[in-house]
Amino acid sequence: MHMNSLLKVENLQMHYFTSKGAVRAIDDISFELRRGETIGLVGESGCGKTSLGTSILRMPTPPGRYVSGKILVDGVDVIPLPEKEVRRNIRWQKISMVFQGAMNCLTPVYTIGRQMMETLNEHSDLPRSDAEDLIREYLGYVGLPPEIVQRYPHELSGGMKQRAVIATALFLKPEIVILDEPTTALDVIVQAQIINLLKKLKKQFSLSFIFITHDLALEAEISDRLCVMYAGKIVEMGSNAQIYGAQGPKHPYTERLLGATPRLFKKVEQLQFIPGTPPDLIAPPKGCRFSPRCDKAFDRCFQEEPPLIEIEPGHRSSCWLHQRG
Amino acid sequence: MTDIILSVKNLKKYFEPHQSFAQSIAGGGQKKLIKAIDGISFDIRRGEIFGLIGESGSGKTTTGKLVMKLLEPTSGQIFFNGEDVTHLGKEKLKEYRRKVQMIFQDPYASMNPRFKIKDVLEEPLIIHKVRATIEERTKMIVKALEEVKLTPPDEFMGRWPHMLSGGQRQRVATARTLILNPMMLVADEPVSMIDLSTRAEILHMMRDVQKELGLSYLYITHDLSTARYFTDRIAVMYLGRIVEIGRADDIIDNPLHPYTQALIEAVPEPVTGKIDIIKELPIYGEIPSPANIPKGCRFHTRCPYAADACKDEPEPELTLDGEEHYHACRRAYEVQAERKKKQAV
Repeated sequence: MHMNSLLKVENLQMHYFTSKGAVRAIDDISFELRRGETIGLVGESGCGKTSLGTSILRMPTPPGRYVSGKILVDGVDVIPLPEKEVRRNIRWQKISMVFQGAMNCLTPVYTIGRQMMETLNEHSDLPRSDAEDLIREYLGYVGLPPEIVQRYPHELSGGMKQRAVIATALFLKPEIVILDEPTTALDVIVQAQIINLLKKLKKQFSLSFIFITHDLALEAEISDRLCVMYAGKIVEMGSNAQIYGAQGPKHPYTERLLGATPRLFKKVEQLQFIPGTPPDLIAPPKGCRFSPRCDKAFDRCFQEEPPLIEIEPGHRSSCWLHQRG
Repeated sequence: MTDIILSVKNLKKYFEPHQSFAQSIAGGGQKKLIKAIDGISFDIRRGEIFGLIGESGSGKTTTGKLVMKLLEPTSGQIFFNGEDVTHLGKEKLKEYRRKVQMIFQDPYASMNPRFKIKDVLEEPLIIHKVRATIEERTKMIVKALEEVKLTPPDEFMGRWPHMLSGGQRQRVATARTLILNPMMLVADEPVSMIDLSTRAEILHMMRDVQKELGLSYLYITHDLSTARYFTDRIAVMYLGRIVEIGRADDIIDNPLHPYTQALIEAVPEPVTGKIDIIKELPIYGEIPSPANIPKGCRFHTRCPYAADACKDEPEPELTLDGEEHYHACRRAYEVQAERKKKQAV
């Protein structure tokens, strides 16, 4: 275990048990989050990145259930803990989450202040006046005026709502914040403003982030390390410099995904794309899960599933090409 | 025949906000109009892909709806193929809508889930009373499916929408527009709900169809990166006005309006070395409400280059600066100089 390890996920499997069979949404995933670091989880929709986020928060969406593996927070596995203890010590206290589309899930009939107060009451015993002060204090940190507490969601812009949601995720002083597509519904300028805010807050409160998005370009702005997910698995792991630097990613999926990301300052005749669709996770293909869409696949890819292979220190990729010589 | 297919002249669309009875008495009937579109003009050439770029609240979708004749303009004119189509009767409107078709943003909501793909594609033929035998109609459907590369067409015709991926649905949506042999397509964020890995595939398909059939597109988006790749010319909208218009490459490589510059600066690029940098954005705050448009240049409240004249003097009009490149900024030269200075540091 790394010295500064804050969260460690070990061989986690979480499946959705549907009437058609078990959907293997998270299928043997291991990674580690270090103190003060941002890890990016990136992949297409349906690759399991949001499922991984909610699983870490010990709240897989029904019918999802843990199948095996561990989630170690400060060395303690949280999966077998009783719900009461998770609520008291882990969820929101230690790990909080900004859910995808959370800003559009604010109740229209309550003021922002009341909705923030609800979260606070649920998790702490602060007297009312202290709680109100705390809310105002945190609104200040995210760049909102204190009067916002009396406003209703429809009176705020998307960016302001997202700031309020971020404040709500922070005021119980968690060490880890999971951010699930926190800027997807926002305009590009507001997105850049929110990314700047997150960078500032991370330093100010010594936070560690798990940043989930489908946008590889956005991950480049914020993530120290990246986990590229495909069909319930991590297919490539590397530092920001290893993935976005001169040598580039090593897994064919990451390569293709980066090629499909439109670049503003690079004029291309033909944008790349990845033909086909991600596999059915009830009955994933034999061998490498990306093999049916991969133009570099050879015999072995269709037979055996590749493990994550270390290419250089800190850079791993699950592709048989690396062992082909 | 002119080489201009669609011409929009000084188009305006104001909305009246909802008011309670008490408000209408207290306000003395003085309603604050929401100026969604506040005087825009542009031309789309035959066979051109014209991009309309802007943030939410800029009026780009309202413009699309006005062009589609889903909304009546408050004032101004729309010409299509040389004909004034600003106000049309029922019959003429139907004819117009056959020539100008729309592709919607959400491929999951734009199709009846109880219709097979064949029915989805046949519906426009029924609505527009295209007289044809069943065989002829089937032929038309097959042709449309082939044009959007959904092959084999026979197989797709029998499927239900839920059996298709987002990308395949957007192909069906395109096929549905093509079946009536339109001259122009209005596409409002056609790929924003599609996975990144297949987004390019849909754009390729749309461009192939456009080239093959000689169509014109009005492509509405907030995404500058796909606009650069996909469009010939771009108009940038801010708060109901066009602030810059020109060839796609000129707009991205040499933006003249400070708002366009801010939009470009804000786009994330997948390159390393930016984690510890707080990006300095050449823009303040958020977009004001279209019910409360600032006096003078409407961008001056957010503009880091604004001078007194921008606040006090009337709004600048679009002026030509370079080949086919128009901007609405009175301080464009100073802004360019300051920007170059900053970039050099």
